[in-house]
Amino acid sequence: MLFLSIVLMYACSKNEDEIIAPEKQITFSVPSNFTAPAYHFEDNKITNAGFALGKKLFYDARLSADKSVSCGSCHQQFAAFANLDHKVSHGVNNCQGKRNAPPLFNLAWQKAFFWDGGVKNIETSPLNAITDACEMGTDVETIINLLKNTSPYPQMFNKAFGSVEINSQRILKSITQFMAVLVSGNSKYDLVMRKENGASFNSLELAGYHLFKEKCSSCHAEPLFTDFSYRNNGLDLVSADEGRSHITGLATDFGTFRIPTLRNIEYTGPYMHDGRFYSLDEVLEHYNSGIKPSPNLDPLLKSGIPLNSSEKEQIKAFLKTLTDNEFIKNTLYSES
Amino acid sequence: MLATQIFIAFRMTINPFYLTQFHKMKLSQYFLAFLCPIILFTSCKKSDDEITADAKSSFTIEFEHQVNGVPLVLNNATYKNAKGEDFKISIFKYYVSNIKLTKADGTTYLLPESYFLIDESKNTSKIITLNNVPTGDYTKIEYTIGVDYARNFAGAQTGALDPVNGMFWTWNSGYIFVKLEGTSPQSTAANNALTFHIGGVVDPNNTIRNFSTEINAANPLRIRTDGKPNMHFIVNAAALFTGKTDISFSTLNFTMGGANSVIVADNYAKGLFRLDHIHN
Ligand code: HEC
Ligand code: HEC
Repeated sequence: MLFLSIVLMYACSKNEDEIIAPEKQITFSVPSNFTAPAYHFEDNKITNAGFALGKKLFYDARLSADKSVSCGSCHQQFAAFANLDHKVSHGVNNCQGKRNAPPLFNLAWQKAFFWDGGVKNIETSPLNAITDACEMGTDVETIINLLKNTSPYPQMFNKAFGSVEINSQRILKSITQFMAVLVSGNSKYDLVMRKENGASFNSLELAGYHLFKEKCSSCHAEPLFTDFSYRNNGLDLVSADEGRSHITGLATDFGTFRIPTLRNIEYTGPYMHDGRFYSLDEVLEHYNSGIKPSPNLDPLLKSGIPLNSSEKEQIKAFLKTLTDNEFIKNTLYSES
Repeated sequence: MLATQIFIAFRMTINPFYLTQFHKMKLSQYFLAFLCPIILFTSCKKSDDEITADAKSSFTIEFEHQVNGVPLVLNNATYKNAKGEDFKISIFKYYVSNIKLTKADGTTYLLPESYFLIDESKNTSKIITLNNVPTGDYTKIEYTIGVDYARNFAGAQTGALDPVNGMFWTWNSGYIFVKLEGTSPQSTAANNALTFHIGGVVDPNNTIRNFSTEINAANPLRIRTDGKPNMHFIVNAAALFTGKTDISFSTLNFTMGGANSVIVADNYAKGLFRLDHIHN
């Protein structure tokens, strides 16, 4: 089953020989092997015009303080909307942030955002990037004024929301339409799970899948490959980033971070909240031999996760079945 | 919900039109009618003929900003906190939300969608108009200083709750309920700054505080179709720094949520607002 059903609608004008370009109907649908999403679009109905506006805003660097950075600069489609090769984000005026940009997909299933879960609603999640001095370094009022005076934005807001009024709510809701429609659920793993097209794991992948279920899925739980809890996986004795405790103020949350999804992990490196590991080999070696006994280390990792080299190859082979090339290459999501 | 049902029950008892509709009412409302005999009883006796049962009108609330009895003037005036330390204020703004009125008979009316941002630098924000309020004599007013739990985590909002108002934290979802910035020679922060951004809704650092005040029954808030009263509150900005805990700017000059914000919220919960008078 195609989870993002693309219905082609051919609209013909009254004039027989003038054919308007076919428009793909943008929809959000839940892959059958997924759980129920958390965001329902009740107060933000998806429309083609709303999605198109959100996408344009997402890729427009003119929104940033020095007109150099768009959302898409740090969230790149070929990296599953993470930031390729950047340990930590790199914003306006060459400013270096402190955290690695997470990939953006399946956000409609998330109830909290950012590594520390500080943001609670997808609709308000773009605000931090817009205002952070180290990301886009601007404010919403400046953006509203810019958009009011920049064609074709007023017309696009009109099409999306029925009037040319531009306000923060409309900006955020349209960006949300774009982001929430980014669903990645067509990896080889998904096809195997859904028994589609006769897909099956090869023996290396299957061995990796068994190991994964035994050693990793208590945190990186299927089908989203995260249980959305905040834990410490032993990166440092004393974390330089306070993580979840920045939000809760609880000492027991110091140095804990949201379990990241592992979907598209082949493309989302570098890894961890600070992007310290450049390869999956380094990540697996960390679990095998690098776990530090930090005070809040998750009990499951107290003795590390011993992995010999063939087990590592098996897990890596499995992790690569989580790559969704259809998603990475879908031109609906690309800057046009 | 309960409040509106009580109100419907109240209207039923004094308006014959509702009685004809009584058989159509939902079972839950019958239940309610049984649960609230006292309210109904007292409502029945109320037959003040100037109050028409489903008439609505409006009233205004004026917030007059002071610091310990003298008018608040941004940037220039110098004030003293309870510890005798000098300070100046450059920003003073706060949310008032979920305004609820109570009549002498106990019936309440919660004003729907009542969210207001009062900002010392914007004169028009200091007088708020509340429309569509059922007429009657009200003897108590309650409201939240800040924003209720749910709206802190809701999607993109407009109006008073629009994030452009600079009262929304982007890194830790939720509103700044009360924002006071200024300077004090005692502040150890850079440029002697005072930065009090009070907010947060999760225990143990929940800073949602409710304010309520009784209104003198001899001069209640009389809302009439031809009478739109004005309530006048004195708002003492210095209340952030005194009350439960007297604050010294040498030790507390910066807070953006967390335990220190709770200290400030506990102070202003009692001392920030005082109902001065009502013009009926
Ligand atoms: C300078 C790089 C940069 C830019 C520009 C940027 N982001 Fe991000 N984004 C990040 C980083 C870094 C994080 C993680 C922040 C954290 O966890 O503290 C993030 C996190 C997010 C998240 C949360 C993802 C999750 O899984 O929790 C969303 C959603 C998001 N960004 C959307 C956007 C949007 C929309 C824009 C444009 C308005 C944008 N970003 C611009 C770097 C950037
Ligand atoms: C106790 C819970 C737990 C277990 C078990 C666990 N992880 Fe993780 N994993 C985490 C946490 C927490 C992070 C993020 C840590 C950070 O950035 O501070 C993480 C991060 C990762 C990342 C980096 C993802 C990214 O986008 O940056 C990879 C890859 C990963 N884990 C793979 C695995 C594999 C493979 C296993 C099994 C061998 C495993 N994990 C077992 C908790 C766990």
